[in-house]
Amino acid sequence: MSAAIREPRGRRPWKPTPARLGLYAFLLISALFFLMPLYVMVVTSLKGMPEIRQAHLLNLPAAPSFAAWSKAWFAACTGLSCNGIRVGFINSLRIMVPSVIVSILVGAITGYALSFWRPRGAVLLFGVLIAVAFIPYQVFIYPLVRIFSYLGINNSVPGIVVIHTIFGLPTMTLIFRNHFAALPEELFKAARVDGAGFWRIFGAIMLPMALPIIVVAVILQVTGIWNDFIFGLVFAGRENLPMTVQLNNIVNSTQGEREYNVEMAATLLTATVPLVVYFISGRWFVRGIAAGAVKG
Amino acid sequence: MRIGSRLSTHLALAPALLIALVAYCGAMGWTIWISFTNSRMLPSSVFVGLRQYSSLATNERWLTSVQNIAIFGLLFIAMALVLGFMLAALIDQRVRAESLLRSVFLYPFSMSFIVTGLAWRWLLDPTLGIEKVGHDLGLAWFRFDWLVRPERVIYTLVLAAVWHAAGLVMAIMLAGLRGVDPEIWKAVRVDGIPAWRAYLFIVVPLMRGSFATAVILLAVSVARLYDLSVAMTNGGPGIASEVPAKFVMDHLFERGNVGLATAAATTMLITVAAVLAPLMYWQYRQPARRPL
Repeated sequence: MSAAIREPRGRRPWKPTPARLGLYAFLLISALFFLMPLYVMVVTSLKGMPEIRQAHLLNLPAAPSFAAWSKAWFAACTGLSCNGIRVGFINSLRIMVPSVIVSILVGAITGYALSFWRPRGAVLLFGVLIAVAFIPYQVFIYPLVRIFSYLGINNSVPGIVVIHTIFGLPTMTLIFRNHFAALPEELFKAARVDGAGFWRIFGAIMLPMALPIIVVAVILQVTGIWNDFIFGLVFAGRENLPMTVQLNNIVNSTQGEREYNVEMAATLLTATVPLVVYFISGRWFVRGIAAGAVKG
Repeated sequence: MRIGSRLSTHLALAPALLIALVAYCGAMGWTIWISFTNSRMLPSSVFVGLRQYSSLATNERWLTSVQNIAIFGLLFIAMALVLGFMLAALIDQRVRAESLLRSVFLYPFSMSFIVTGLAWRWLLDPTLGIEKVGHDLGLAWFRFDWLVRPERVIYTLVLAAVWHAAGLVMAIMLAGLRGVDPEIWKAVRVDGIPAWRAYLFIVVPLMRGSFATAVILLAVSVARLYDLSVAMTNGGPGIASEVPAKFVMDHLFERGNVGLATAAATTMLITVAAVLAPLMYWQYRQPARRPL
């Protein structure tokens, strides 16, 4: 990113030419298009149902109330149980924390082993990993369900952690391999000369130097695993359904009158974690996308 | 290499090797094998050749899914590329509040497809959504009920997906634009070439790598399209917004037709390989790409 920022910096004097006005008009309209759904979700979640039916969806709430938020959190129903979306929130945390740690650890070790030690077959293994990053999950899911139920880890938190490790491996290996491959070879050789072995070089030299890429990996995995729907649906089991799956159940299995304010509050609650990660991480988020997107 | 280190290397690669052999290659091979059997609820080992594929070819739900994903894929990739590139090019004109604008364009990408789908489903609600805004503003003729119109519903998925991903394209393109040699802009100014021509004929060809990256990322998300359809329309009305990934999932876990589902998954695999292989080849043969 830092490579080529064009020289003139600082504020430009304001010259309202027609082209300049058109440019800002287009950017403003685009910004409104991107912000509108978030705005509508927020105002809907703060209204009562009568107001939602009478006024239209862009109106500001007459008397903002967090009743829908509290109902979404504590008492929204999925099927027969009405314990709120907090159940999914806790499940998502229980799934996310070990999945993030394990998937990053496996990816970092694999990337390290592939970049410095180059065992036989490294190119082939790396090729397989990269290819999988592009293949639809549907190709793998059914046999994995069978294997997991044979091993007795289907419908369990360990099972879904393994799944996130399996499908996080291509990206995680890629970003760590690329990071390590960019480090000077001399560093590695010097450590070898000093008698450090495989794990010592990893723990004492490579891992501390990989701190920036670990941050990127955490951002990628936290948002990716939090936002996952399909794996949670298939592998987590009824007791551990993540927040996205529970949210979809709340909205799509409602019997009788639908409460749009509660639905929107639940939706916003589900979006909170990735949004917070996004706004805190800022440019790091973009780095994550770039790191995951650049191949080879 | 010392014996200990060699052993450690192999030990370190054991998880990845196991995953590659069992979860990737093994599972893929198994899926392909099942697609040649007469499996229904449970896998069977009775080989039936291409029978699953021929029944897939006449399955109305599958044909609708394929048609939908073709429309969706082309429109979504084209619109996300155009909008993303325009936003990047405009932001690159040293505008005020650049980082605020970037955050606004990219934030949808951080959210899940489930959230995206539910938000747009509410916005496009035929009775209380945008249509009602139009009516309340006195536009009695205003109609925007595409969500419940079978022949239009796929375009609502495109709309939501473009909203979700245009910022990603913008981020990639902005990085690409910042990598364009400033000398080129000087030359353009000296020669008095209009900006739009400079972008179209000089800058865009220079940014082949960024475009290839964006197209590959978008194409992968097209092939995986599942959550958005589930959350926004659940394939409806009727089967009007079914997509291949959802066809596979439904037949695996609800309709108990594993043979047909794996035939569909294998077809997806072949299609993805056929579309992505040339793209990847094209991107790899670029001379030394600039870092994003």
